Amino acid sequence: MKMKIKSFVYLCFLFAIGWTSVAYAKLNIVATTSELGALAKEIGRDNVEVINIAKPTEDPHFVDAKPSFIVKLNKADMLIEGGLQLEIGWLPPLVASARNQKILPGNHGHLIVASTGIQVLEVPTSLDRAMGDVHPFGNPHFMLDPLNGEIVASHICDRLCQIDLANCDYYKENLKIFTKRLDQKLSEWQKAMEPFRGTKVVTYHKTFPYFAERFNLDVVGELEPKPGIPPSPTHINTLVPMMKNKGVKLIIIEEFRERKIPEFVAAQTGAKVVIIPIMVGGLKETNDYIALFDYIVKQIISALKS
Amino acid sequence: MRRLNYTLSVCILLVSHGYCAHSEAKSIDKKDYQLINVAEEDDENTKEIRIRKDEFDEIVGQLQGMKTLLENMKQNFDSRLTEMQEKIAALEKEKKQLQENKIATVKVDSNNLKARTTNETKGQNTIPTQTSATTTSPSPTQTDTEFTPPPTSTASTNQPSSTESEKWSPTQPLALWSAGKNYMNISFDGLFAAAGSTAKDLDKIETGGHDPNQRGFTVQNLETVFDGAIDPYFKGQSVLVFQIDKNGASSLEIEEAYLTTMSLPLNLQVKAGTFFTEFGRLNPTHPHTWDFADQPLINGRFFGPDGLRNPGVRLSWLAPTDNYTELFLTAQNSQGNTAFSFRNNNSIRFGHASSADPGVRSMEDMLYVPRIATSFDLTEEQTLLFGSSAAFGPNSTGTDKNTQIYGLDMFWKWKSRYASGGFPFVTWQTEVMARRFEAGSSSALPDETMNNWGAYSQIAWGFKTRWVAGFRGDFVDGEKHATDPLGFERWRLSPNLTFYPSEFSKIRLQYNYDDILGNASTEHSVFLQFEFLLGAHAAHKF
Repeated sequence: MKMKIKSFVYLCFLFAIGWTSVAYAKLNIVATTSELGALAKEIGRDNVEVINIAKPTEDPHFVDAKPSFIVKLNKADMLIEGGLQLEIGWLPPLVASARNQKILPGNHGHLIVASTGIQVLEVPTSLDRAMGDVHPFGNPHFMLDPLNGEIVASHICDRLCQIDLANCDYYKENLKIFTKRLDQKLSEWQKAMEPFRGTKVVTYHKTFPYFAERFNLDVVGELEPKPGIPPSPTHINTLVPMMKNKGVKLIIIEEFRERKIPEFVAAQTGAKVVIIPIMVGGLKETNDYIALFDYIVKQIISALKS
Repeated sequence: MRRLNYTLSVCILLVSHGYCAHSEAKSIDKKDYQLINVAEEDDENTKEIRIRKDEFDEIVGQLQGMKTLLENMKQNFDSRLTEMQEKIAALEKEKKQLQENKIATVKVDSNNLKARTTNETKGQNTIPTQTSATTTSPSPTQTDTEFTPPPTSTASTNQPSSTESEKWSPTQPLALWSAGKNYMNISFDGLFAAAGSTAKDLDKIETGGHDPNQRGFTVQNLETVFDGAIDPYFKGQSVLVFQIDKNGASSLEIEEAYLTTMSLPLNLQVKAGTFFTEFGRLNPTHPHTWDFADQPLINGRFFGPDGLRNPGVRLSWLAPTDNYTELFLTAQNSQGNTAFSFRNNNSIRFGHASSADPGVRSMEDMLYVPRIATSFDLTEEQTLLFGSSAAFGPNSTGTDKNTQIYGLDMFWKWKSRYASGGFPFVTWQTEVMARRFEAGSSSALPDETMNNWGAYSQIAWGFKTRWVAGFRGDFVDGEKHATDPLGFERWRLSPNLTFYPSEFSKIRLQYNYDDILGNASTEHSVFLQFEFLLGAHAAHKF
């Protein structure tokens, strides 16, 4: 009997060790959106396993808090969140159900990338839902500026170093490589976009102010009358003459938007509709952060050239 | 005069030279595979550096990189500067206030915080002086030396509101309660209905306490929710419900108030306070999240008009498996109107007399509710969730007389991978429940056991952004000794259509076809429901 208990305890012990060693082989990172996940992969490379919550093709404001994400967060070593309340509609209940101390707000494993270093645009001076669904802390689509991507990458590197000190040099090296590549690419993109400086564009939602600022496009209006409110006939009726007046050449919309109204407006004004993926992995061609911008820039330029 | 001439000619010479050098560099730039001369002029001798085009390009690339880096740093610096300035302003303000008050020790309690934030937002005249203070104060170090922090300063600078409210402008409303800037979120939800029905008394066929209860208008639910983190260990939520009943009398009830642990080990979580019992899918949710204007018949039958809820404790454990599986065990008081099938004086007893006294005498007088829920992602777009629950507790028809309720629930959701605003989607939710009720003998009736069951199944189809069409089927069997439709065997069909102007409002039109088999009658009802939501409402579970 004693022997049996002893062997059982031993077995349990072995099992526990085996389980923990498997669990700690790689750092489990959960990112709310795929561009954050892509950056985490660039920095962590072989040391990390990255899972994204929002599908790259869906509207990141409305994601289902599926129970399967609770399990993933339960096993996560780190949670990367964009912040500025982009994830407010679905992340808090997931984190609350995950029972994982590491990723609770305030701990090393919970990184809100917008908290420092990013210059946030469109911070409202007053909060009023009559103005639509305005994000109270500013526009959360900052990842569409490659330089913000660089800042975020360095945040991720810092955090990975805190969590996994042993591999800090590896992460720093990866950050250096990535930053260098991104810088080089950015100057290429900027060079390519230079001839189109100041091009007037209209977007569907206020998704592109960061992108427009970096690449010197001029966003003169949105198809949505107010953030989160679908285009209305009255708004379109005032938008069309304005677009004709200002000579708007492009209508930039995200992949998940309906196409009917943008195409109608395009037909009325002679502008072109460009469909742009805003997250990594939505298309075959956009499987990492740099490829995403390669694709976006290519799309915009080819639309403007023709 | 001559001197001036000299200087002028020298200037012209220099300028022309510079221009030449520039144009030279430019012209060569255009040619490929050529050596580039970069002429650098010193005071006495000229140096010539020869480098190759690709090397030159690399240098240019690096310079551009540096430029972007510098821009980046500048951005960073700017944001930090503004941050600093805000902090300085806040500190200045505090200093001023302290001087005004001349009170050395100020207790930092919630009252103080409230008073101060209102002060800040109200004090229009203090704002200009503040901004001028920030512009004139040359460096943060200087103000630091000027300013000797009072004993309360460390606590008060930690308050996020003190820095945020510096950006106040006269057009801004007093945003005292908003997500992230305060210790708790507050929201208010109003749910109303207009009803028309062939039934004279709607509340004789509608089972829910928040259902439309009369022809004309019903205030279904006015719900105030407070929620937030209590400390690093607990999260708290309370739901207060105001209601105006048929006769116009207002009432207030504490629907829920509970804390949830955030950092227990071993995948455990405890919920404690008074809360909706986690039985099935619909019972733990609030009326404004429902897909229909009224609650399913079976919920009303077994859990009463207000749902199953009571003070108690819930322990849950998340299984360390790859798919989601969670076990729940709830222990709650079993008496009162919100434990409908259990011990309460107003509830169903099927004509049997009440004999039990309503207090808790032993552990056996508690209500125990185990539940297991599990979920699978069938595909990237489809999720399935199964649950199985049971509730065991005594009822009030005699000592050792118990009620058992068993339930199975299922929820399936499809959402497009190109969903915009959460649309399009399809959900299908079904619950089946059965109850075994042991009734003790009383003067007129013998000892007997009654078994009842019922089910509902509903589909919601978000076919277009902002539009949802729904269809629900309901069935309940007849209770023994029943005298009205609330106890008769009946089935009901409810198609509806909901329009969401935004995620904070909705308008719903619903038709109920009600076939009451118990007295062989049919009733038709139409509801027009509308909802508004103010404030930062906590996100809902899947």
